[in-house]
Amino acid sequence: MYDDKAYTSQLITEIKKEKLNLSLMEVCGTHTMAIARSGVKKLFPHNLRLLSGPGCPVCVTSQGDIDAVIELATKPGVILATFGDMIRVPGSNSSLQEAKSRGADIRVVYSPLDALRLAKHYPEKEVVFLGIGFETTAPAIAITIEEACRQHLQNFSVWSLHKVVSPALEVIFSDSEITVDGLICPGHVAAVTGIDPFIKLADKYKKPCVVTGFETPDILEGIYMLLLQLRNSDARAEIQYQSVVKPQGNIEAMQVMQKVFKTVPSRWRGLGVIEDSGLAIKDEYCGWDARTKFNIPEYEVQPVKGCACGDVLKGKIVPHQCALFAKVCTPLTPVGPCMVSQEGACAAYYRYNSAETRAN
Amino acid sequence: MCLAVPARIVTLLPFNMAEVDVNGNMVEVSMKLTPRVQVGDYVLIHAGFVLEIIDDVLARDTMSKLEELQENVR
Repeated sequence: MYDDKAYTSQLITEIKKEKLNLSLMEVCGTHTMAIARSGVKKLFPHNLRLLSGPGCPVCVTSQGDIDAVIELATKPGVILATFGDMIRVPGSNSSLQEAKSRGADIRVVYSPLDALRLAKHYPEKEVVFLGIGFETTAPAIAITIEEACRQHLQNFSVWSLHKVVSPALEVIFSDSEITVDGLICPGHVAAVTGIDPFIKLADKYKKPCVVTGFETPDILEGIYMLLLQLRNSDARAEIQYQSVVKPQGNIEAMQVMQKVFKTVPSRWRGLGVIEDSGLAIKDEYCGWDARTKFNIPEYEVQPVKGCACGDVLKGKIVPHQCALFAKVCTPLTPVGPCMVSQEGACAAYYRYNSAETRAN
Repeated sequence: MCLAVPARIVTLLPFNMAEVDVNGNMVEVSMKLTPRVQVGDYVLIHAGFVLEIIDDVLARDTMSKLEELQENVR
């Protein structure tokens, strides 16, 4: 299906015909990278803007949360297990990588189940898994917590920084300074949640939402489906990525997520505190909640001078409009999380658009 | 971070685990989020778990012709 060059060029031809001034937002870091890598933006007419939204869990994690995790990682007897995505993200003064170089026992794992194995292997240590990610990832962590509970594994816990996507999208749609005409919705989040959250968004804010896959023809088809709706003044939620996303989502994944986690207010970088947007571990599983086990204070958020990641995450500016972009802030010396994360909008811009942005 | 990788189920293992083929690499993953998985299924894996089964027929159909898309909104 992905070799269908004729179909891809048909889609591009149709999209090029668009005359309306429109801004479409993708809200998934994997889309950010896939769109940048494909180069399709350069083929679109100037009246069609593609914006990156708050779709990278690493990028939206607040600095205060990272500072707290660094403190946790430096406690004696703790092994902090984390996905590799988090290791270089700067807190106020340091990162997990720097903490590791100063002697903290921080291990990069591929799966939360690897962290569970670490806990079995080091019964004398406290293994804490740093839970981060949206609905795509949270069920895997929920299953792991259930498994730890079943095995009575007392030296394992999770520090949850999990977030859910749709409350942040409500913030974007409610902000009068941000113009978004349609949403390219995250395919793998929807694989878990189903289409319901996007139907609610489309109905409430009268904006079309299309759950989209990640190959270039998928993305073009998703964009074209949005344009067709906008030309007809429709505002529905549709699934382009039907090979994976069922309308009802993954019921097992939703059930285990709801069994282990409850929604709480959560701070998003650039967006502030959003009600019901965080996932905290329920009291029944408090024995595996690192926030209960360890006494870590709340850290205040110190704004980073000049860093405009917040505005980038809201789609108010594109990365090269930040004064630090490609000057002070580069992938080797990242200032903000959108440059650190491989799926951050700034990293994608730097890698795939840097020649043209430097010329501007 | 929500990246998921396609794989094929090769062997079903005890404790709801499966051996999957990811581009020629054999990896063990958990099937607890997708208990209906069968040997030979194409799946998406994420963080060591099978996230969803890929519907091969729909995968082909998704790339429907432009006319079909245009019909939908008429």
